[in-house]
Amino acid sequence: MSYISNILFGVLLISGIGFFVFNIQKIFRNINLGKDLNRNDNKAQRFKNMAMIALGQSKMVKRPFSGLLHIIVYVGFVIINIEVLEIVIDGLFGTHRIFKPFLGDWFYGFLIGVFEVLAALVFVAVIIFWLRRNVSNIKRFLSKEMEGWPKKDGNLILYFEMVLMSLFIIMNATDSPFQEAGIGNVISQFLAPFFEGYTPENLHIIERTAWWIHITGILIFLNYLFYSKHLHILLAFPNTYFGNLNPKGQFANSEAVTKEVRLMMDPSADPYAIPEEGIEEVPEKFGASDVADLSWVQLLNAYTCTECGRCTSACPASLTGKELSPRNIMMKTRDRLEEVGRNIDNNNGTFKDDGKQLLNDYITPEELWACTSCNACVEECPISIDPLSIIMDMRKYLVMEQSAAPQELNMMMTNVENNGAPWQYNQQDRLNWVKEE
Amino acid sequence: MNVPIMAEMIAKGEQPELLFWVGAAGSYDDRAKKISRAFVKILNSANVNFAVLGTEESSTGDAAKRAGNEFLFQMQALMNIEILNGYEVKKIVTCDPHSFNTLKNEYPGLGGNYEVYHHTQFIQNLISEGRLKIDDTILKGKRVTFHDPCYLGRANEVYESPRDLIRRLGVNLTEMKRNKESALCCGAGGAQMFKDAEKGDKEINILRTEEALETKPQIIATGCPYCNTMMTDGIKFKEKESEVIVKDIAELIADANQL
Repeated sequence: MSYISNILFGVLLISGIGFFVFNIQKIFRNINLGKDLNRNDNKAQRFKNMAMIALGQSKMVKRPFSGLLHIIVYVGFVIINIEVLEIVIDGLFGTHRIFKPFLGDWFYGFLIGVFEVLAALVFVAVIIFWLRRNVSNIKRFLSKEMEGWPKKDGNLILYFEMVLMSLFIIMNATDSPFQEAGIGNVISQFLAPFFEGYTPENLHIIERTAWWIHITGILIFLNYLFYSKHLHILLAFPNTYFGNLNPKGQFANSEAVTKEVRLMMDPSADPYAIPEEGIEEVPEKFGASDVADLSWVQLLNAYTCTECGRCTSACPASLTGKELSPRNIMMKTRDRLEEVGRNIDNNNGTFKDDGKQLLNDYITPEELWACTSCNACVEECPISIDPLSIIMDMRKYLVMEQSAAPQELNMMMTNVENNGAPWQYNQQDRLNWVKEE
Repeated sequence: MNVPIMAEMIAKGEQPELLFWVGAAGSYDDRAKKISRAFVKILNSANVNFAVLGTEESSTGDAAKRAGNEFLFQMQALMNIEILNGYEVKKIVTCDPHSFNTLKNEYPGLGGNYEVYHHTQFIQNLISEGRLKIDDTILKGKRVTFHDPCYLGRANEVYESPRDLIRRLGVNLTEMKRNKESALCCGAGGAQMFKDAEKGDKEINILRTEEALETKPQIIATGCPYCNTMMTDGIKFKEKESEVIVKDIAELIADANQL
């Protein structure tokens, strides 16, 4: 009989983690729909980037105020999880504050004290975040792509954190022996007086309730990640690890194109040669019109995006009222990828053509052509997302598969082809500048 | 002004230490031609043994690639690489950050491996080798702001070379609010130079010009022929031509040294 709560806890824990793992596998599958790209070189640099950018939050503090608040929430979140470990052990074995005898009263109290202070700081930071999102006029939170679910998602995360932090403090405030010991109740001692009128039994019930809701809340929050932009707390690590290490100005050269161009330029190649029998050349699609044409890193980028909008707030096209928003490029890529994933789920593991694609149905040519390829979005992203590479791959599709460039660009390209310059000048006049003084 | 041509030098059995890649803008655009000439004057004054490809030079393919035409880019690249490798070119300098980026980063994968310098880096080297001195009296005290070209700055993390040269002019360098890695684009990159902008509420070059004007400059210094055009147009739009001039760093140095 006395084991009921332990069993209940075990079932809760296993189903909470199990459901999360089940969903995360879908994300892995979806990311693997992307094309191969080797990002296993230079492991030392990659680990360093992950340590600096994800673990060390080095790019968050580029905007000092929001960066500092974010670090508080992040450090709080990571450190308070040590306490969750104790909660899990207590829950499984029916113990209460199992770490206390191991760590000694003083050190245990010190740790809990630190957790309490962090919890209070996180609570305050989260309130400020909420105010920034809902009261202050911060442009990047008010863009049109933030209407509806993205805004609600952002707020829900904050509510989750507020509730979890409150429960943690309440749980401590109503733990009579903990309050009586008086070590580590740095914050909760101020809440304890509110519960003075309760009988010890009722106080215990409140404490147990807070404890249960707290751990249940954490498991729900874990599973909420799958549906939320908050997934970045996990994916920021692989995303920064697999980030681009080349100079930002270096755009990948398409190997399929190199093959064809070399063949075209090879004077000994026979243009009328009949392809060898049996070797059916699968025509490679140039550029990207749907998520499966993108690389797995670009798809990982889409799942990692936390919709902070720093990219969009630095984008010259967005700043001058154009349709393009790099954040929206990432959000639409994720939306389409999730749609493709659901399609696969509903069709026994294979994708059934739904007559839609990323291009046009999600991202319009108008957005793509507004980009100046200036890399401001790439530079701004605090977790190494590269919206520009998606824009460029989609432009390639528009131009090489559909010949759908704006008219002026077609003229520019014709000029490059005919006279080696984007303007209509004769190549023989290339040296005229020397004489013109 | 002495501009040796590669084919002629090779015919005479000479090998220049450096190739000056002029680029399409530097060859054909009236404003950018002045930058090419100013830079050549600097090279001449430092007795640099260089050459240009002249009529053998062709578009690097940067604009074509950024417009999405990877075919055209690679055709241009392979053609250029054939010529460059044929002349055994080792070292290239250019005043165009787009050519700089493409030659430096995108040609190696296609068989073109060169030491590539932006002209501000190269001039900096000339100074440190003692081959060039900048006169800091002519422009002394002028208020100057520098607009970072995206393909020099963020794309290749070259922020200090242009600033170092500007400081050597004895001028008063004032940074714009958005500078270095957070600099705002002039609006020309990604092949935008060759098309009208999409529908919006402002032109990008006007926004950037306004940011530059906030520093109350007498000179807006640039390091890119396309940025130069965009900022010059912005100054005209704001009707500030009488107060503010837009000049490439090479032109400022040529002015300062009265070349």
